Amino acid sequence: MKNKEILKILEDNARATTKQISAMTGNSSSEVSRFIKQAEKDRVILKYKAIVNWDKVENEQVWALIEVKLTPEKDVGFDSIAERIYRFPQTRTVYLVSGSYDLFVLVTGKTSHEIADFVSQKLSHIEGVQATVTQFVLKRYKEDGELIEEKEEVKRQLVVL
Amino acid sequence: MPDNPIAKRRTYQISDKANRLSPSGIRRFFDLLASTEGVISLGVGEPDYSTPWHISEAAIKSLEKGYTMYTSNSGTPELRRELSRHLMDEYDIDYNPDTELLITVGSSEALDLSMRALLNPGDEVIMPDPCYVAYEACVIMAGGTPVKIPTSQENGFEINPSDLEKLVSEKTRAILIGYPANPTGAVMSRNKLMEIADIALRNHLIVVSDEIYAKLVYDTEHICFATLPGMKSSTILLGGFSKAYAMTGWRIGYSAAPAEITAAMTKIHQYTMMCASTMAQVAALEALRSGESSVVEMVEDYNKRRRVILHGLEDIGLSCFEPKGAFYVFPSIKSTGMTSEEFAETLLTEEKVAVVPGSAFGKYGEGYVRCCYATSLDNINEALLRMKRFVKKFSR
Repeated sequence: MKNKEILKILEDNARATTKQISAMTGNSSSEVSRFIKQAEKDRVILKYKAIVNWDKVENEQVWALIEVKLTPEKDVGFDSIAERIYRFPQTRTVYLVSGSYDLFVLVTGKTSHEIADFVSQKLSHIEGVQATVTQFVLKRYKEDGELIEEKEEVKRQLVVL
Repeated sequence: MPDNPIAKRRTYQISDKANRLSPSGIRRFFDLLASTEGVISLGVGEPDYSTPWHISEAAIKSLEKGYTMYTSNSGTPELRRELSRHLMDEYDIDYNPDTELLITVGSSEALDLSMRALLNPGDEVIMPDPCYVAYEACVIMAGGTPVKIPTSQENGFEINPSDLEKLVSEKTRAILIGYPANPTGAVMSRNKLMEIADIALRNHLIVVSDEIYAKLVYDTEHICFATLPGMKSSTILLGGFSKAYAMTGWRIGYSAAPAEITAAMTKIHQYTMMCASTMAQVAALEALRSGESSVVEMVEDYNKRRRVILHGLEDIGLSCFEPKGAFYVFPSIKSTGMTSEEFAETLLTEEKVAVVPGSAFGKYGEGYVRCCYATSLDNINEALLRMKRFVKKFSR
């Protein structure tokens, strides 16, 4: 059973059908669907979603990357501070990272004010948060491996022997 | 007045040799193709990927630095050394980068050079039928005579060694094989290759082994002909970067052969090409140094498409053997009652899907079409859908 292959296919195209995946991997349809069900149950597959180019629909969404520096405190690990942060629905991605700060937080909001409020009213008040640096995203070029701009058509000859 | 030979001259008199080259047997098909819009093409013979970015980037950087001069005729020493290491890693075979490797303008040039270095007028070269279109032409251009071994779907388009042995004559100089094969996608088993090696050794023949598709094999391992016992000294190995690293437009390949043969090939190369393009050599070096992960990814992807197209052809009811290499499938279209050229033409006009008639690759390719699956899965699925409709309509 080519489990990783199935996951890679779904990661690239969440709408691939069991039948298509079965043809691509050479596993039977029932094997594929059994594996997918189990992967969903085990939270190996977290969710199926689309990568949306919001710029084409509306301009209201604002993205900010926030670097958060934490103060290690007695009895309170980074995980629990992180939890207090990722509970906020505004946070889209939260990573613990190595380097000059500790948490990388990706936040989206309707306006820059909304994000400013979130940082000043919520984030900076959380115990253990020592400092934050907020960087607003100006332009997205590539999202989850996909180019935001129209793909360039590579021109090939129709027949090459 | 006596005949004046000068008056009889024709300005555009073409050489007999050029005239002997068959004009592509499917010219009409090409013309038709050029005038049709919205075609899904399964007719290409190249990857649908762009060259991995790190490879292109290395070449761009070299241009910026001003590496725009000729290189040594044989290719840059760095590239030859890296290639030698690569062949050692890959096949555990030792080629001297100074005397046994030659960097060429695609493996196509290496094929041409090998024939020109080996053949005297009238020498025969045995090759499978169907086979890549340039094999026959290169033999003819070098003054030789191509001799074809019929191969068939029943035998998975492998050469039957006893058929080969029957064709060996006093005039035979070389055996020219290319596995994984264009157009069939066939690979040869080790046992059969060993038998061919044995025939070559007993008859003092050179085997020219075109292994341009070496990296594109599925659920099997590629066997480099030169690694078979005793064969390194009787093999000209042709290889290249086009198919494995998606570098067709760079035109960069190589030959690996005994020093005497390499020296002869280098002489011809020196007077015709001087050297392979400098920036392509830089790109090739980068490909060898760190292109492996891209290859693995592409091969995984091709394999998915291979399974999908085989599955689809089976569903359509076109019989097809399972090819283990390259990126072609070669289904039989005999059930439609059409010739392969009729099939390709009608499929193009009726359903706008381009495939290549098997007859373009030799007499024994008749009754088959070559479909290349180096295109997106969406294209493959749509093409299969259209072919299904087409075969249903035209099957008898």
